[in-house]
Parts: sequence; C-alpha cells; structure tokens
Amino acid sequence: MIKCYLDFEKPIGELELKIEELRHLSDGKDLNISGEIKKLEKKARELRTTIFSKLTPWQKTLLARHPDRPYTLDYINILAEDFIELHGDRKFSDDRAIVGGIGTIKNNPVVIIGHQKGRGTKERIRRNFGQPHSEGFRKARRLMELAEKFRRPVITFIDTPGAYPGIGAEERGQAEAIASNLMTMSKLKVPIISVVIGEGGSGGALALSVSDSLCMLEHSIYSVISPEGCAAILWKKNGDLKHEDFARAADALKLTAQDLMAYKVIDDIIPEPPGGAHRDVKQTAGNILAKILESLEELKTKPAEELVEDRYKRLKKIGSFLKER
Amino acid sequence: MAWFKQRNALTTERKIKIPEGLWVKCNNCKEIIYKKELDKNLKICPKCNYHFRISAKERLKLLVDDGSFIEMDPGLSSDDPLNFRDKISYTERLEANRKKSSLTEAAIYGEATIAGHPVVLVIMDFSFMGGSMGSVVGEKVVRAAERALETGRPLIIAASSGGARMQEGIFSLMQMARVSAAIARLKDSGPLYISVLSDPTFGGVTASFAMLGDIILAEPKSLIGFAGPRVIEQTIKQQLPGDFQRAEFLLEHGFIDRIVDRKELKKTIAKIIELLT
Ligand SMILES: [Zn+2]
Repeated sequence: MIKCYLDFEKPIGELELKIEELRHLSDGKDLNISGEIKKLEKKARELRTTIFSKLTPWQKTLLARHPDRPYTLDYINILAEDFIELHGDRKFSDDRAIVGGIGTIKNNPVVIIGHQKGRGTKERIRRNFGQPHSEGFRKARRLMELAEKFRRPVITFIDTPGAYPGIGAEERGQAEAIASNLMTMSKLKVPIISVVIGEGGSGGALALSVSDSLCMLEHSIYSVISPEGCAAILWKKNGDLKHEDFARAADALKLTAQDLMAYKVIDDIIPEPPGGAHRDVKQTAGNILAKILESLEELKTKPAEELVEDRYKRLKKIGSFLKER
Repeated sequence: MAWFKQRNALTTERKIKIPEGLWVKCNNCKEIIYKKELDKNLKICPKCNYHFRISAKERLKLLVDDGSFIEMDPGLSSDDPLNFRDKISYTERLEANRKKSSLTEAAIYGEATIAGHPVVLVIMDFSFMGGSMGSVVGEKVVRAAERALETGRPLIIAASSGGARMQEGIFSLMQMARVSAAIARLKDSGPLYISVLSDPTFGGVTASFAMLGDIILAEPKSLIGFAGPRVIEQTIKQQLPGDFQRAEFLLEHGFIDRIVDRKELKKTIAKIIELLT
C-alpha cells in the first residue's frame, strides 16, 4: 500500500484513489463499473509509464529518497532468507546506519553490507537517517575482512545521504574510517558487487562501493554533493533557496543512473517496475538478484590476484578526462 | 564537501581593513605584522606561531634541496566532463585560476631531494580552487604513488584542500577511490609514505590519501577534518568547541603522529626517512 505521493506522483495517486472508490462501490458485481475500473487501471498504468519515463534529475533525487522506497533490509529479507545480521565495530559501538551480515543468495554464500534508513520517526532516528558514523564504516570493514578470510563475495547496497557531519564522528575519525575502507576494498581478495538502491551520497556512499561491479537502480542517484549542498554553495541567496535552485543543481551535477552509465562510471542500470521500486519490491528485488547472479558468475572463477589487479585498472580508467595542455 | 568557499569569504572579510601590501593581520592573534618580517619567518606569525597558508611554490622552497625539484606532467588539465556552469563555466573558472595563481592545477608533483634523500613529492595549493581534488589532482597523486613504487623513493604528499571538486561531479568523488587504491599498493612492501597536513585539509582529501600515510604530520593549529565546521554547526545547531578539528585536536584523538612547526618540517621528514629506510 502506497502511503506517500510525491508531487509528480499525484496524478497517478488521484487515479488510483478513484479506482479504489469504484471497487468499493461495485463489489465486482456491477459489470459496467468493472469495465470502467479496467479502463482506469489501463490509464493508470500508462500514466505511470509516461511520468516515470521522463523524470528530471531533481525528481529522481526525490524518488531516490521516497519514504516508501525499499531499503537495504527489505531487499536482504527477500534475497537471503537465512540472513544472520552481525553487529559492531569491536572498537566503539554498533552503528545502526549500516547493517551487515552473512547469508546465502540463491545458493551462493555471501557477506552483505548496506546503509540502512529507518521508516517512521523513531526508526529513522535510530538509523540516524542512514548517515553513518566512523564506527559504521569500521563495522563494514570488519565484515569485509571476514568475507576475505572465508572467501565469500561481498554484496553492498548503497543508500545514504552521506557520512554524518557531527562532533562525535570527527572525534572518532570519520575521514580515517572512510579512507581505510577505500584502501581495504581496493585490495580485498574476494569479489565485491555494489548496487546503488537509493541515494548515493558522497564519501559515505563511496566507502561501501569500491567494487568489481557497480550498478544502479533505474531511479537512484550517485553524487559528490547533494543538490541542496551544491545550490547553497553556488547560488546562496541568504539561505533562501527554492526547489528550482535544487533542480538546477541536480541537472548540473549529472547524478542520475543514466548519466553515470553514459560516463561509464557504472556497469549497468537495473530496471525498476513502472512507478518505481516502491510499487513492487519483489519485482525490484528480482531484477537486482538477476544482476547479482550475473556478476557473481563472472567474478567467482577469477583468481584473487587478477581480481584485485582488474579492480585497480577499472578505477584508474575513471577520470580519464584529461589532456595535456 | 566543498565548504571552503564560504570559509574563504570569511577570511577576505577579515582582511578588508588592512592596507594592501606592507602589513598583514594575523588570523589567530589579530596582531598587525610587517609583511617582510612574516615572509622571512616562513609565514609564521612571530607573535603567536600561527602558520599562515602558503603556496605550493613556497612550500616547495622550504621542503626540498635548492634546485632539486623536477616537476612531472605539469600540463595535465581537466576537460570539463560535466560541462558544468555556475555563474561562469568551469572551463572559464579554471582559466581564471590559472591566471591568478600561475599554476595549472591545485597540485604539483615531481621528484626532488630532501636533505639529500631522493623522494617523490606532491604539493597541493589551496589558492587554486580551494585546493580541490578533481581528475587532475587525483591523477597526479596516482602517478606519484606509482612512481614511488617503481623507484622505491619515499612518497611525500603535502595536503591542503577544501575537499572534492564539485564542478567535476562523480569524477571528483571517484578520485578518492583511485588515490586510495594507488596508496594501498604502497602498503605491504612499498616505500615509505609521509602525509603532511596543513591548514585547511578537508572532505575527500582527508578521507582518502591524507589519512593513509605511514606517518602523518600536521602543522600547528591547522584545521583538519571530514565535514566542514559550518556544515556541522548547521547540522547539530550548536557552536563548536574552539580547538575542534585543529591539528592539536587530531593529535589528542590519535589520528596524527606529530605536530611539526614549519621550520622543523624538512629536518623532521629527513630524520624519519633516515630512521625508517
Ligand atoms: Zn599571530
């Protein structure tokens, strides 16, 4: 059941409400009404397809943050029924903005790690809106090293506004924690497969996504800075920024899956059902599964040394936009 | 990440009332200092030991043996992959920064000797777009690390940066991963890597190569962190303690090895190289 409609989803929402009302009226007995319902349903499907085929980067940003959008644990619960969550960084605490553990995905034993946002006010706060502290990144690193020891591929789900900007995070070395993850991931001797499922927010997203296969859901985003942050730096009108400023910034940043695919920064785009991932979590999870299995198949026979060497080569290619003056 | 612009505006405001040229006001103790005296003192305030920001060229002069530096790949430049435009286009902004700074990018790299020790050296310059890291800075760090690995020379990187270069979008973010991967290859059996942090070092630079040194040194009172102090203040809605994100704060929390005065920097680096290699 969809609880929240974004502005551009409202025409769809209104239509769905009408269908709901008609259903309530008819109990399926009145043939005239059920014909009408069928017509409206077709219209709703078409509307979803048209609206979602031409979303702007800013609309995609809002969609990537949609309160009904599936989060990491939603996918884990579908993809790995035997998942056992593991906690803590062994140094300071357990950061609930990142979850991780072990399980099997279609007979493949793997380690799964991802950013975790919360649903509902209480849970949102408990998950710190998906913004990890240093200990979250260190927990992730610990689990990656566990994966390496037991030769298990690592699957990561990316969905964070960014690393948390706070006093404690700085005191406990947010920068060092992220940097160490980047280094560890670059030479981890097992396959790493990353999927951006919502917001890929800057360094906090990157700290879980140095990988052999990096894919994005169709309506997810990945950016060096949020459109709001970018707009504030570029066009600060005494803090009086509007949606159109954020939209301009989102355009300029080239943060959509389609942009990143064109730049060859990611390997593939995973399709979402018409109307977005939140319309059909199972179907979205199925699409993610297909991609994970494909990547696993490709990577699991590669010798560790070759894997690490290829990962380095992949990274080195990004940012080839250089010329000699 | 790119909080440095606001901060820059702050410093310019503070400087407004000082007559151009002869005198400068210390950012820390607010003392008016004769500029020539400051220059002679390696831009360290003679009253309070505050270390003023210095250019890559000035840092080069105080760090390496006279005439020993051979710059590598000075012509690397960005071709504006995003076609980014704010008030002016990114290409125009780069050109303006090149004119203003007589640098081609926010970092230079090459080979030099430090008290006779051959090294590979990267020096960042905050005056070029806030020392921000885009593809070119990333590429220079990668090439420097690879050069160090090839030659066995110690790698020295003097960082000073506001973080990632927003105008290069995802490409600037990915530089964090690239440089960290290049540094990772030095870790197991490669040469020594000394990271030198100066005021300010933030964002994607701190959260990549700057925090990955075998040895990490910092200049006194330098602001060093991940998130900029403004962003943190806006997030937590309270004022930050005075020493927050200073080099002394990082030392206290265990994230750097030593705080070293600018005057002692060359000697200290040479000594560390002697003791470890
Ligand atoms: Zn002073």
